[in-house]
Amino acid sequence: MSKALAATRTLVLWCPDWAVAAAGIPPEVPAAVLMANRVEVCSRKARAEGVSRGLRRREAQARCPDLVVLEHDPGRDARAFEPVVAAAASFTPRVEVIRPGVCAFATRGPSRYFGGDQALLAQVVRTASRAAEEATRAGAGQGGVRVGIADGLFAAALAARAAVNGGMVVPAGGSAAFLFPFPVVALERPELADLLTRLGIQTLGELAALPAADVLARFGPDGATAHRMARGLEDRPVSGRTPPPDLVVSRELDPPAARVDTAAFAAKALASELHERLQDLGLACTRVRVEAETDHGERLSRLWRHHGPLTAGAMAERVRWQLDGWLRGDVPVGSTGVTGGAGAAGGAGAAAEAPGWEEATAGIVLLRLAAEEVVVDHGRQLGFWGGSAEGDERAARALARVQGMLGPEGVVTAVVGGGRGPGEQVRFVPWGDPREPARPIDSPWPGRVPAPAPTLVPSPPTRAEVADEGWSNVRVTGRGRLSAPPARLSVGEGQWEGVEAWAGPWPADERWWDRRAHRRRVRFQVVGETGAAYLLALEGGRWSVEAVYD
Amino acid sequence: MALSQALPRPAVPELRELAGRARPISLARDRLLPVLPALADLLPEAGLRRGTTLGVTGGPGHSGATSTALALVAASSAAGTWCAAVGMPALGAVSAAELGVDLAHLALVPSAGPQWATVAAALLDALDIVMVQPPSLVRSADARRLSARARERGSVLLVLEPAGRTRWPEAPRVRVRVEGGRWQGLGRGHGRLTARQVEMVVDGRGTASRERRAKLWLPAPSGGVERV
Repeated sequence: MSKALAATRTLVLWCPDWAVAAAGIPPEVPAAVLMANRVEVCSRKARAEGVSRGLRRREAQARCPDLVVLEHDPGRDARAFEPVVAAAASFTPRVEVIRPGVCAFATRGPSRYFGGDQALLAQVVRTASRAAEEATRAGAGQGGVRVGIADGLFAAALAARAAVNGGMVVPAGGSAAFLFPFPVVALERPELADLLTRLGIQTLGELAALPAADVLARFGPDGATAHRMARGLEDRPVSGRTPPPDLVVSRELDPPAARVDTAAFAAKALASELHERLQDLGLACTRVRVEAETDHGERLSRLWRHHGPLTAGAMAERVRWQLDGWLRGDVPVGSTGVTGGAGAAGGAGAAAEAPGWEEATAGIVLLRLAAEEVVVDHGRQLGFWGGSAEGDERAARALARVQGMLGPEGVVTAVVGGGRGPGEQVRFVPWGDPREPARPIDSPWPGRVPAPAPTLVPSPPTRAEVADEGWSNVRVTGRGRLSAPPARLSVGEGQWEGVEAWAGPWPADERWWDRRAHRRRVRFQVVGETGAAYLLALEGGRWSVEAVYD
Repeated sequence: MALSQALPRPAVPELRELAGRARPISLARDRLLPVLPALADLLPEAGLRRGTTLGVTGGPGHSGATSTALALVAASSAAGTWCAAVGMPALGAVSAAELGVDLAHLALVPSAGPQWATVAAALLDALDIVMVQPPSLVRSADARRLSARARERGSVLLVLEPAGRTRWPEAPRVRVRVEGGRWQGLGRGHGRLTARQVEMVVDGRGTASRERRAKLWLPAPSGGVERV
């Protein structure tokens, strides 16, 4: 095993049920955060009542009627988490935020300074708990703060979860033994875990015992990563760990951005610029540093880490969350520029007793994104026929933007299915939803309006009047007999025009077996003097334009 | 492994330049979107040039503006380009599919309301062809902005004006009119609509200034678009 693969000793700080705590829900209230109508996070009290992750809203409310339902808001979570990260940053400047509620740092320096892992752990738990309590106020005591120290991020995160009160230290070199009894589900790769279980590999220890080459051959790169994690090694391959020096993009904001959305807009452009530059080098970023300078000369900086390559969108999202934390002034004003200054010292020099979190006291004048850790981008497999993937992505983004303006129903796509009338054959589904026809297209549809299909199908149909030579309304008897040949036609209360040619009546007696859906009508094709052709329908004595052959 | 060894930085732009030099023909073709063979010699460059604005007008009555617009985009849609139709709530999807439009690549914005110009501008940014039927008279500033956006982004803006009502204040680079539609197949009390003969007139500015006209089957008895 090469030395570079050995895991760095890492501390993980985990706030359980953070999304609930961040919303300021007191611990005695059952609450759940929902994403896409399913429970994403729930409080301890709610769990005791039987609510669990993945439940539908209705099921959750049935199990616990006084459940407080909260919307998923990563911005809120990140904003509330910022003081906790700042508290952790008082131990070392290189704190990485993994997601709101979880952050990590390497313990080599701080552990020596504070006199060992146990001492450091006690200090971090104390400082971070206080910060979390102040940040969440009413929500304090929801889950508290758990800290785990182990070799490697994965083992440290599991140690934090396994900690009974406060924290847990896995001795150096003991990660593999610590991980041994955990089930493979802990890898957070549901598909792989499912497959492994079916193959009889239940625990991480059993997975770790397999030869690395065989795991790679059978499960691919993802399996190899999981295997490395199970052995307590670094989860990432070592390739390309030092990024080229110029993977930094920055933008000056003039006038200074005091609002999150203005700064976030600039951040979005910045993120795609960095992403493009990385792409030119065939690289993808897994850890990004967000830096901001304010009008008052403060320098704020934070690291965000991601388990996979960060896309431009994901990067922009993280920058936005971070800006949310810095610019929203609902946390107490603390000392400024802690990480910026301590970064030069390169170690654990900051005072642990004064948790001063950073916050911008003025508008942001400079925004900088730096790729801190990069991996070789294996890219996406393009379609066999395709150089058009880039255009597809661009189109999808634009359409999503328009849906953002008009709502999801604002952009639709038409799916042709079976049916008799031109309107029945088409179903409009919101863009991005699966394209499934309303009725099966391959069944026979006797009485279908023949091709060519009309080019305009107004919905609802336009009113029309049809008269014979003697200006009396044209009718059709129950047996399908015409009262008189149509001679004049008026569409939508417009002018009367003569009928040049016509055909019909074509009866359509649909769904007679279902009283509510039953429709009985006759159709006509009519060409007027102006050359316009219509598909007319007569139903219950009323004429309408079902479609126009434009 | 040192990264600089694995991926020498200047290699990528160099390769891109080389690739560009190796395929000059496809670059010229990239600027042009294909049209159906029956329409090719009616258009100044035998295709839809990216970055242009086309106006499509029907004659009196319903004489084929919608069919013409669909016929113009059909070939490039079948070739996999992205199209959108803004402000055309009644567009018949079945007829679009019959003319050869790929519905999976056609986004419909049925009623954008007063925001239609913003929506069209956003779509021109990323899609290849955007069909627009303005709900009312368009302000010249909006019209100029949309045309400029299409020119800048290399997309095609196709403005549909219903019979006899001018709504686009600018003169489009290429104007397509349909005249004298005559339906076939329908008698007095018998038959069914099978085909329509129209006369298509194309004029405009620049390379399109010479007027071209042709008699077409739109649709032809077989379903597509054919010369008479």
